Amino acid sequence: MRAAAETLEVLSPRTLKEALAMLRDAAAEGRPLTPLAGGTDLFVTLNAGTLQGRRFLDLWGLKELRGITKDGRGKQSALRFGALTTFTDCVRSSKVQKHLPILAAAASEVGGLQIQNRGTLGGNLGNASPAADSLPVLAVADTTLILASSDGERAIALGDFYTGYRASVRRPDELIVAIEVVVPKGRQVFRKVGTRAAQAISKVVMAAIGHRTAWGSVAPTVVRAHKLEAYLDGGGRDLAAAQQLLGDEIHPIDDIRSTAAYRLRVAKNLLAEVIPANR
Amino acid sequence: MGRRKGKERALQPSVGTNVPRTEGREKVTGEAKYIDDLTFPGMIHGRTVRSTIPRGKILSVTLDPAFDWSGFTVVDHRDVPPGGQNVVQMITDDQPFLAVDRVNHQEEPILLLAHADRSRLDAGCARVKITYAPEAPVLDLAHATHVLKQLTIEKGDLAAGFADADVIVEGTYQTGHQEQLYLEPNGAIALPGVDGDPAGITVYGSLQCPYYVVRALMRLFGLPIEKVRVVQSTTGGGFGGKEEYPSLLCGHAALLARKANRPVKMIYDRMEDLVATTKRHPSLVRHRTGVKRDGTITAIEIDLRLDGGAYLTLSPVVLSRASIHATGPYRTPHARIHGRAYLTHTPPNGAFRGFGAPQSQFAAELHMDKIAGELGLDPVALRRKNLLRPGDTTATGQLLEESVSAEEVLDRALARHEAALQRNNKSLRRSKAAGGSKARLHGTGLSMFFHGSGFTGGGEVKLASRAGLVLTRDGVEILVASTEIGQGTRTMLAQIVADALAIPYEWVATSDPDTARDPDSGPTVASRTCMIIGRILQRAGERLKEALGGYDSPKEFRRRARAHLDEKGPLTIIETYEKPGEIRWSDETYRGDAYGAYAWGCNIADVEVDPVTYEARCTRFTAVIDIGKAIHPLLAEGQIEGGTLQGIGWALYEDVVMKDGRMANGTLTNYIIPTTLDTPEIDVEIVENPYRHGPFGAKGVGECPIDGPPAAIVAAIRQACGVSLDRVPATPERIMIALDALEGGRR
Ligand SMILES: Cc1cc2nc3c(=O)[nH]c(=O)nc-3n(C[C@H](O)[C@H](O)[C@H](O)COP(=O)(O)OP(=O)(O)OC[C@H]3O[C@@H](n4cnc5c(N)ncnc54)[C@H](O)[C@@H]3O)c2cc1C
Repeated sequence: MRAAAETLEVLSPRTLKEALAMLRDAAAEGRPLTPLAGGTDLFVTLNAGTLQGRRFLDLWGLKELRGITKDGRGKQSALRFGALTTFTDCVRSSKVQKHLPILAAAASEVGGLQIQNRGTLGGNLGNASPAADSLPVLAVADTTLILASSDGERAIALGDFYTGYRASVRRPDELIVAIEVVVPKGRQVFRKVGTRAAQAISKVVMAAIGHRTAWGSVAPTVVRAHKLEAYLDGGGRDLAAAQQLLGDEIHPIDDIRSTAAYRLRVAKNLLAEVIPANR
Repeated sequence: MGRRKGKERALQPSVGTNVPRTEGREKVTGEAKYIDDLTFPGMIHGRTVRSTIPRGKILSVTLDPAFDWSGFTVVDHRDVPPGGQNVVQMITDDQPFLAVDRVNHQEEPILLLAHADRSRLDAGCARVKITYAPEAPVLDLAHATHVLKQLTIEKGDLAAGFADADVIVEGTYQTGHQEQLYLEPNGAIALPGVDGDPAGITVYGSLQCPYYVVRALMRLFGLPIEKVRVVQSTTGGGFGGKEEYPSLLCGHAALLARKANRPVKMIYDRMEDLVATTKRHPSLVRHRTGVKRDGTITAIEIDLRLDGGAYLTLSPVVLSRASIHATGPYRTPHARIHGRAYLTHTPPNGAFRGFGAPQSQFAAELHMDKIAGELGLDPVALRRKNLLRPGDTTATGQLLEESVSAEEVLDRALARHEAALQRNNKSLRRSKAAGGSKARLHGTGLSMFFHGSGFTGGGEVKLASRAGLVLTRDGVEILVASTEIGQGTRTMLAQIVADALAIPYEWVATSDPDTARDPDSGPTVASRTCMIIGRILQRAGERLKEALGGYDSPKEFRRRARAHLDEKGPLTIIETYEKPGEIRWSDETYRGDAYGAYAWGCNIADVEVDPVTYEARCTRFTAVIDIGKAIHPLLAEGQIEGGTLQGIGWALYEDVVMKDGRMANGTLTNYIIPTTLDTPEIDVEIVENPYRHGPFGAKGVGECPIDGPPAAIVAAIRQACGVSLDRVPATPERIMIALDALEGGRR
C-alpha cells in the first residue's frame, strides 16, 4: 500500500448525531474528516497513494443509515434508501425489484459480488465518478438526496447536486443520509457497456424510464437528456433526429478506457434500442 | 518373508494419473510461504526510484537536504563494488542495474532506497529530485530504425517458388504488448553473506530461473559461484515474466543488503509491476505468399519485426523462435523469413509464454484466411492441403519424421466441435429469446499451430542441464533447479521419477530449488521442463535402479536403499542432458533441427458480436493439442485451459495503452483481462502421439496453447460480422471502426 497505515486515523461514531458532531468539529478545526462507507472507492485511492485525506469517519456501524422503505401510495409513493444501502441490498430487495428494477439491474452489474456486498449508494454518489453505475438510474427517476449536518437536514434534487467533475454542493460538515426516489411509471431499461462481464468500469451506461434517459461515462457528470426527452414527449419519433439531440447533450472524451467516437456511437445505438419503435 | 504375494498390491504406474500435487496441501491451507510472507531478523524494506522520461541524460540526482535521511540506505550505480560490473548478465551487456548518466526508457531504475519503516521509505522516494536533459525518444515499431538483432531463414529458391505460383497474396498483421499478469507480483529478499561467509550474498525470490539470478549476482559483485546462493520461494505464477526480470530485481535487493548489511525485502506492488516489468514483444509481420489455384503453397516470404524495448534482454531468442514458427504448421518448398528486433525507448520486452511464436503464428493464420478468401477456397481445406506431415521439411529444413500430428488435431477438433454443436443446438435456440436487443451475430473460426519444445537449435547442448536424485531411507529426493511456478513441475517430475524407479509417487520428495543444493537444470521456460529435465531425471532413475542392483518391488527397493545407505554410504546420481544423436543444427546458417519435437494444436472458437455495442464474446472454445504424453492429465489440461484463456484475453481484451513510452493503464481496473464470467466453456482434448526422446513420450505443453486463440477468434469475428481485423486485441472500438470501413466500402 502506498499510504502508510500508521499515518491514518479513523473515528467510529456510534450514532448519526455523534457522527455529525464529529464532522462539524473536524471541519471547524480545519482537519476535515472523510466519510468512509464501504471503502470500495477509498481503499483504491489510498492504495494508489492518490488520496489526500488521512482522517476518516467510519459510517459502517450507523444503523440510521441503513434500510429500504416505501412511503406513501399511488402517485406520491417513494422509495427511501439509507445512504449505507449496499448494492447487494438493492439486488435482494423485493421493493426495488418491483418498483425500480433498473436499480437492481445496475447494482447486479457493479464490480463483483464482494464489491456489491460493501459498496453503497451513498458512496457511489459521494465518490461522484461519471462512470458510477447507479447514477443514471437515480438521475432518470425523480431523486432527492437528504443531506444532514448538526444544524439539520436539507433536501437537494439530484439534478442540483453535482456542480462539475467530481464536485457537489455537499459541505464538508454534511453527510448524505438518505436517497428518496419517486416510484416511476413507464418502461424501465438499464444498459451497461463495459467490455467485460464483471469488474468492468462503464464505457457507456444508461437508464431509461419511458421517454427519459440518463447517461453515464459520457460527460464530467451524469447527463439527463432533457432536450431529447422534450422531443419525444412532443411526439417526435425520428430516430436520426433523436440521436442527433442526444449527441448534442453528451460530451464523451477519449481516455485510456475507450474513445469519444465509440462512446457517442454506442450511446446512439442504445437509444435506438430503447425509444418507442414507431419511427 | 512371511507375507504372501497376493497381499502386496501390484504398484500402479503414476504417470498418466492425476496424483495429488506435491505442494498442493501447503498452498490450499495457506502454509506455503510466498516471498512477502518471509521475514528475517533485522530485515528492512527497499524501493526503486525510477526515471520519469523515456530518454535523456541525467543532469542531477539530489536528496532533498531539508529531509531527514537518517536510517536510510541509499544506493546508486557507484555502489557496484570494484571487481563487479553494473551490467545485467544476459545475452549482451547493454542493460545497467542502475542508470549511470542517461536513461533509455520510462521507469528505468536510477536509485535504490531502503529503510526499516515503509512510510519513511515512501516519504524518502518523494524527496529524491532528478533532473534530465530529455532527448527525442523512439516509441514504437513504426518509427524504429535501430536493429538490435536480425536473422534470415532461407529454404529453396524463393524466386522460383513465386514463379510457380498462380496468385501472390500479401498481408500485414500486428500485435501489441501483453502483460503476463502472474497473481503474485515480482519480489525478492537479499541477505548479506552466504553460509556465514560475509563476502557472499543470499537471495530469496519469486522467480523462474534460479541460476540466471546466480550468474547475474556473480557478475554484479565479481563473486565466484560458491559465494552466491539463490533460493526460490513459493512462486505465484510467472508466464515468462519471472524469467529474466528477477535478475535485475534480485541485484537491486542485493546491492541494498550489502550496503545496509541487513536483509532487504523488495516487493513490487501491482502498479509498479505493471509499468516497470517486461511485456510480450509487439510485432509487425508482413506476409507474401505464392499459391497455386488449388491452394498449394509454392513460396512464403515473411518480414517479421519485433519491438525489443530499450535493451536487448532476450529479444534475439524471442526473435529466433518467432521466425522459426512464422510459416505456421505448413509446408513450403521455398521460403525466406527475415526477422528483426528493434530498439525502442520503452521498458524492455521480455519472455512471455510462447516467446514470439504466438505473434508470428497469429500473422500466419490470419494470412491463411486471407489466402483462402482471395482464392475462394474453404479455409479448412486450404490448411489441410498444406499441413506439415511426416516426411515434410520445415522452413529450416528440419525433416519431420516422428510425432507429427497436424492433421490429426485438425480432424479431432472438427469432430469435437461438431459434437458440441449438436449438443448445444437446443439450448442455443432458447437463449435467443431474451431481450429486445438486436440479434447477436454468431461466427466460428479455426486456427492451427505448432510449438517446438525445449531451447531452440543448439540451445539445449549449450545449457547442458543437470538434475539428479539423492537416495534416502524412504525413497529419493529430487535435485533440480526447475521451478514450480503453479504449473505442476514438482508433481510431474516426481511422477516420472517414481515410474522410472518403479516406486510409489509418495516416496519421491521434491522441494523448491536452492542453488546451494541443486544443480543447474537451466531455466524453467521454453516448454522444456517435462521433455528435457523430465528425461534427464528419468535416466537418473534408471541409473539409480541399476546402482541398487535392480529390484522387483518397492519394498525390495527400500530394503536395498537402506542397506546401501548403511553399508556404502550416501548415494547421489546427477545426470546431464544428452542430445539425441540425430539432431543437427547450425547457428550460422539457421538450418537444421530447430527443436527435438513439436506440440501440434488446433483451435475452434465460437464468438458472438453485439451489433449495438460491437463487443465480441467467446461463447465456446475447442482446443485439441498433441503433447506426446500427459504425465498428469489434469495438470496438462489445466495448462491448455489456462494458456487458451490467456490467448482469448490477448485476442479480445488485453490492450497495453502506451503514452509517452509508459503504460498508461497500469492497473487491474484498466488493463482488462477476462474474468470467470468472460470465460467460455473450453473443451480440451489431449492427443498423445509419443516422442521417443521425451519421458514416456512427453513433449512440451506450457506454451503451445496460447499460439492459436487470437487467430481463431479474429476468424470467428470475421464470420460473424464480416470485418477482417489485422490486429489484436479485437476491442469493440476496433470492431466499430472496421465495421464502418466495411460499410463505407459497400456504399
Ligand atoms: C473492484 C471494484 C469494482 C468496482 N466496480 C464498480 C462498478 O462496476 N460500478 C460502479 O459504479 N462502481 C464500481 N466501483 C466503485 C465503488 O464500489 C462504488 O463507487 C461504491 O458505490 C462506493 O461505495 P462505498 O460505500 O464503498 O464508498 P467509499 O469508498 O466508502 O466512499 C466513496 C466516496 O464517497 C464518500 N461517501 C461515502 N458515503 C458517504 C455519505 N454517506 N455521505 C457523504 N459522502 C460519502 C466518501 O467520503 C468517498 O469520497 C468498484 C470498485 C472496486 C474496488
